[in-house]
Amino acid sequence: MFIKQLSVFLENKKGRLASLASVMARNGIDLYALSIADTTNFGILRALTNDTDKAARILREEGFMVNTTEVIAAEVDDRPGGLAKVLDVLDAGGIGVEYLYSFVRNPSDSALILFRVSDTEAAFKALTEAGVRLIGLDELSKK
Amino acid sequence: MIWNPKIEQMGRDEMTALQTARLRETVARQYRNVPFYKERFDAIGLAPEDIRSLDDLKLIPVTTKEDLRNNYPDKLFAVPRREIVRIHASTGTTGKPTPVGYTRADLDMWSECMARLISMAGVTADDTAQISFGYGLFTGALGLHYGLEKVGCSVIPISAGNTERQIMMMQDLGSTVLISTPSYALYIADTMERLGIGKDTIRLRVGLFGGEGSTEEMRAAIEDKLGILATENYGLSEVLGPGVSGECACKNGMHICEDNFIVEIVDPETMLPVPDGEWGEVVITPIHREGMSLLRYRTRDISRIMPGECPCGRTSRRMQKLRGRTDDMLIIRGVNVYPSQIEGVLIGMDGIGPHYELVVHNHRTLNSLEVRVEPTDETMLVDYGRLIEMQKRIRANLRTVLNIDADIKLVEPHSLKRFEGKARRVTFVNDED
Repeated sequence: MFIKQLSVFLENKKGRLASLASVMARNGIDLYALSIADTTNFGILRALTNDTDKAARILREEGFMVNTTEVIAAEVDDRPGGLAKVLDVLDAGGIGVEYLYSFVRNPSDSALILFRVSDTEAAFKALTEAGVRLIGLDELSKK
Repeated sequence: MIWNPKIEQMGRDEMTALQTARLRETVARQYRNVPFYKERFDAIGLAPEDIRSLDDLKLIPVTTKEDLRNNYPDKLFAVPRREIVRIHASTGTTGKPTPVGYTRADLDMWSECMARLISMAGVTADDTAQISFGYGLFTGALGLHYGLEKVGCSVIPISAGNTERQIMMMQDLGSTVLISTPSYALYIADTMERLGIGKDTIRLRVGLFGGEGSTEEMRAAIEDKLGILATENYGLSEVLGPGVSGECACKNGMHICEDNFIVEIVDPETMLPVPDGEWGEVVITPIHREGMSLLRYRTRDISRIMPGECPCGRTSRRMQKLRGRTDDMLIIRGVNVYPSQIEGVLIGMDGIGPHYELVVHNHRTLNSLEVRVEPTDETMLVDYGRLIEMQKRIRANLRTVLNIDADIKLVEPHSLKRFEGKARRVTFVNDED
């Protein structure tokens, strides 16, 4: 139930993000979720796509610095306390969250949170036991 | 005032005779006392006695920075260590400084040269001089220090940094002379402006600047903002330190202390002297040094001998303000930096590629160095902190070698220029302040 996430090094330079987006578009890569963190001189773009291995290969060919990592996508109730509940489970299991970002597939759905954690296996186990629904890539691709 | 009229106004023939005699003594002594020079002379079949006139000087091969490095730390010292009373050092290209030794007589000679340059700028025993050069292995501060004391000035050895305190001391002690790099002088002026301190609250009247080159525009800005006469002086630690030459109040070229130094201007390709007035590389032979003397030291600085006589009444030949260098040395905030030093640090580090680019940002007052490198380790993308960590590590490693802080910029792989043949990795950017 892990999802492979794409990480791309982006220099803070005009047009870099646009050129990445057009490489993805040209190759039919669908972006499900996207997050960018940056400092004054570089950023890391993280994305979920319909084919992360292909995206990584193509971007490397285009000269981008790319890495893939596994993340967990958890469904949380879209109301106050929804995120807190999931974080409490991870906390109780001694699992650190390195970063997270959220996205919504359809306005009617509950929110999805992507977690990059210190121990993916343990997080998977703890969250499943606590009854949190985890989403796989197959489910993300259904629109 | 002319500090030493006998020397500074000596007739040309007499000066040539004095230089010739001292050159011959120096060559004989170097051959006798320094194995490096004996081997070098023997290798080309040159005998010390072959050097009979100033014109023969060109027969001697030049001494380079690399020769100093190869003779690290003190193989070029010409006297036993017990006769050395001071050791300074200049920055080197490999991270190791190149030490320079001085005997007591050398320090006296140095103070004498400095006293001449200081007097030439119009400074007297009535002045209070603030030395805002960093003290330490660098020759600038102590060279000026001893010269100013010899002239009889009240010396404030405040050293570099802490600009607000510099200004306070200037106001409270009534400093009339400022000793610093030109860029630091301008920085002090800008700080005063920012703090709303008018130049009428200080008593500075003369500046003796060195340690780096400057433009006439920069000089004009310093003179205007601080209300002073700004003079420049020249020297390098390999041959002594400051004291080789300096400007008088006419600001009409730097008068060379010719009794102590032979300054040649040569074609950097052939190492042969060019006619007076033509630009070329400055090659210096100290002819009155004991602790360590060099024969025809290649400075890599570009200048020319100025034609005509100076209205100040001195007869010494003058070199024009430096126009650049024949190598790739950069001067960042007064510190000499060679791209090869940076390369050495970067190549030894994991996680980054071998390509790099240096960007020197020239702000109006201070310059700064940006080092661009390409990260190559993809696993670092897992955690933002690892990239930041690497930036810090590069900065710290460069600091150890260069003694300055550089801005490290991580750029995308393959984005830096690749070179075939001679790489041009340095660019200069003029930033708005």
